[in-house]
Amino acid sequence: MGESIFWLPAASEQGEQVDHLFFLLLAVSAIVTIVVFVLLVTFAVRYRHGSKAKRGKLPNLMRRELEIGWTAATAFLFLFIFWWVSSAQLEGYSPPPDALEIHVTAKQWMFKTQQPSGVREINELHLPVDTPVRLVMASEDVIHSFWVPAFRFKRDILPGRVTQGWFTPDKTGTFHLFCAEFCGTNHSEMTGRIIVMSQADYAEWTAGQPQGDDLGKEGAKLFVAKGCSGCHAPSSKVHAPNLAGLFGRKIPLADGSIVTADERYIRDSILQPRREIAAGYPPIMPSFQGVVSEEDLTRLLAYIRSIGKETP
Amino acid sequence: MTDAAAIRSAEAKEPPSYLKAGRTVASWLTTTDHKRIALLYFGSITFFFFIGGAAATLIRLELISPEGRFFTNDGYNRLFTLHGVIMVWFFLVPSIPTTFGNFLLPLMVGAKDVAFPRLNLMSWYLNMAGGLLVLACLILGGVDTGWTFYTPFSSMFSNGYVVLAAAAVFVAGFSTIATGVNFIVTVHVLRAPGMTWFRLPLFVWTQYATAAVIVLATPVLAISLLLLMAERLFGLPIFDPAHGGDPVLFQHLFWFYSHPAVYIMVLPAFGVISEIVTCFSRRRIFGYTAMIWAILGIAVIGFFVWGHHMFVAGMSPFAALVFSFLSFVVAVPSAIKVFNWTFTLYRGQIYFEAPMIYALGFIGLFTTGGLSGLFTASLPIDVHVTDSYFVVAHFHYIMVGGSVSAFFGALHFWWPKITGRLAPDRWARFSAILMYFGFNFTFFPQFVMGYLGMNRRYHHYAPEFQIYHVTSSAGAAILAAAYLLPMGYLTWSLFYGRKAGDNPWGATGLEWQTTSPPPRENFVEQPRVDEGPYLYHPDQVAPFEEAPERRQQHDPQGKSDPTRAGMEE
Ligand SMILES: [Cu+2]
Ligand SMILES: [Cu+2]
Repeated sequence: MGESIFWLPAASEQGEQVDHLFFLLLAVSAIVTIVVFVLLVTFAVRYRHGSKAKRGKLPNLMRRELEIGWTAATAFLFLFIFWWVSSAQLEGYSPPPDALEIHVTAKQWMFKTQQPSGVREINELHLPVDTPVRLVMASEDVIHSFWVPAFRFKRDILPGRVTQGWFTPDKTGTFHLFCAEFCGTNHSEMTGRIIVMSQADYAEWTAGQPQGDDLGKEGAKLFVAKGCSGCHAPSSKVHAPNLAGLFGRKIPLADGSIVTADERYIRDSILQPRREIAAGYPPIMPSFQGVVSEEDLTRLLAYIRSIGKETP
Repeated sequence: MTDAAAIRSAEAKEPPSYLKAGRTVASWLTTTDHKRIALLYFGSITFFFFIGGAAATLIRLELISPEGRFFTNDGYNRLFTLHGVIMVWFFLVPSIPTTFGNFLLPLMVGAKDVAFPRLNLMSWYLNMAGGLLVLACLILGGVDTGWTFYTPFSSMFSNGYVVLAAAAVFVAGFSTIATGVNFIVTVHVLRAPGMTWFRLPLFVWTQYATAAVIVLATPVLAISLLLLMAERLFGLPIFDPAHGGDPVLFQHLFWFYSHPAVYIMVLPAFGVISEIVTCFSRRRIFGYTAMIWAILGIAVIGFFVWGHHMFVAGMSPFAALVFSFLSFVVAVPSAIKVFNWTFTLYRGQIYFEAPMIYALGFIGLFTTGGLSGLFTASLPIDVHVTDSYFVVAHFHYIMVGGSVSAFFGALHFWWPKITGRLAPDRWARFSAILMYFGFNFTFFPQFVMGYLGMNRRYHHYAPEFQIYHVTSSAGAAILAAAYLLPMGYLTWSLFYGRKAGDNPWGATGLEWQTTSPPPRENFVEQPRVDEGPYLYHPDQVAPFEEAPERRQQHDPQGKSDPTRAGMEE
């Protein structure tokens, strides 16, 4: 990493776009700066006190037109930049559906990552090149932030909320991972490495790791162990929703609104079940706050997601 | 502007200056004279500037090596928190309003004092109370949350004196509210006869707009700090997600104050620069009304951009777009001001004495700071640079390059009015130039390393950033010298400086129509105003044809030559 101390090449598709916008803005700023400095210096020299430069009348009209002119020009320039950078941002807002799903759990002062294959790492993350990666993140304590400067990617990791983000690494190599949000004593020690490998190397690396169960299978065990299946299994006598086929569907709520059953909704329903009650069900589910850890939640989510494709 | 002849004729029975009206310590500590209160504030903010500056020095010293040398991680975290809290709330926010604002606002509108003189004194005592709390916090061991106090770290995890620091800021907030209320009422009711709104100097307009922002925004800060203290002290679940709270709520409340606070810090600087640039280019301000609308526009739109601090904190894409859009919009009036200052020089008679050097330096640094704001307003770029040194550089350009340069410019410009003595201009020009280069040397490398991935608030860092940190620290040494120098020569000038006379710069504005230093009641006779501000030359005519008697008053340091006027013909 870091052949040059003066530049950090972007190593993701999104990063290259950010660099384009950055250089566009840099050019605009350079032009404005040069114009301002040239005017300041020219005026300062030309109109220094006692100089022989001509100082005639200033027609009032020209003054007002100048003012209106540069106000309009500045406003137009800024709106143009806004439009350009924002449209770039919106294009890349949603991750592709087949993105590699990586779960990240942050705590003081480490990142724990988990691959779809179940492989777990601490302060490290191995990724295949040219593959979209979707991060699903939560924090166990304070706010952290997942920053990979080479990817020009950053997203805060919050306690009590799932945050997501995605990027597509397009260069192999090892890159810095930093915690960007101040999180206490060893904030500056909360760093790691992102190792981007060719797809073949990645497959080999995955095969060489001690195989845990994948997340969904671990989640299925927890689903029974924590007693979820007592109510949510199809055979249960309790009037609770069957979770097969649930993930990603639109759910009508008791208050008349509609939510999408995404990670956020399912997570909140486990921790604070009374907050958003599905229409037609009695509010009888107990809260699992403090009963399931952040990592267990990740597994349960993965399980509910995995049965989301089944038809109920 | 005033009936100058009336004042001249009154010179014989001239009352003593405000400095000589009472010499006991008690006469200072119980004074209700806005000018003396301004000096009390000068004392306190200078003290805090040096504490905050000492912290900055230690930070720059520590960061020379990637592994650190002198501090533990906790020690370093306390250091930058202390630097931020003190510089923001005990130096920058009160700096120009409580000193120059307090001193000049009544003089500029032609009043005897502010509207509520005793509230004004109380404001200083509140500021002192807040200051004592912050010092207590420092002596007990400090606080490690960063000046932003983000929850749930601050409310549940920090092991520093969070409540003490928050209480300090809470109390100091009321002192600025008191100043704000005072300024608003003063401008509304105490303007001299004939001093209409559109004859007010721009400095008064900026103080007025700042006061309005203070009064509207600071209560929100007070609320968010109270909620934070309630959660930390009594465990009330407000921001704690384990009990259904929302940690991001704190950020919304905090930035709803703290973004407008940026304008509390920088609007007064705009006022200062407008006064200096006109005076030293002997020119009417370019686009007076446009400048006023720009000031008001910034003050209003500044309230609706706070979300740009939270682009990566989990915000809907639509909200992010709106905040990004408004952040671009708020940059337009700032750009207008830069153009107008620049064009005020056009066809002027420009003098390059110290205040003008500071003002020109301000324009340069503020332009860079403002343009870097376009980067942070752009969503994809901000995602990358937020919480990096890029942002650190950006706001230091605005608040140190901008506001602090303007503070020093104001100090040199009004020093003769406040003390009655002239500062040695050669030294002053030297330190102004030193400040400009020292500043760029310190902070420009931070833009670069921020984009390359240097994280804000990192005690230890990756070795490839060392070269930037070393450069930055070297610049900081120069900058420190540039801040210390004025202390020396300004103190010297109190005893040995030349007597200033009423109007050494030949400036317009009512404050220059009275004696230096002014008497307790400011004016011997109630001034009357019958013309607009900045009449350095007749309307529509450039200053080659300005009224000669005004120019002769312009008597710069070191050249007591009567040939000057001849030279300019
Ligand atoms: Cu962290
Ligand atoms: Cu802001």
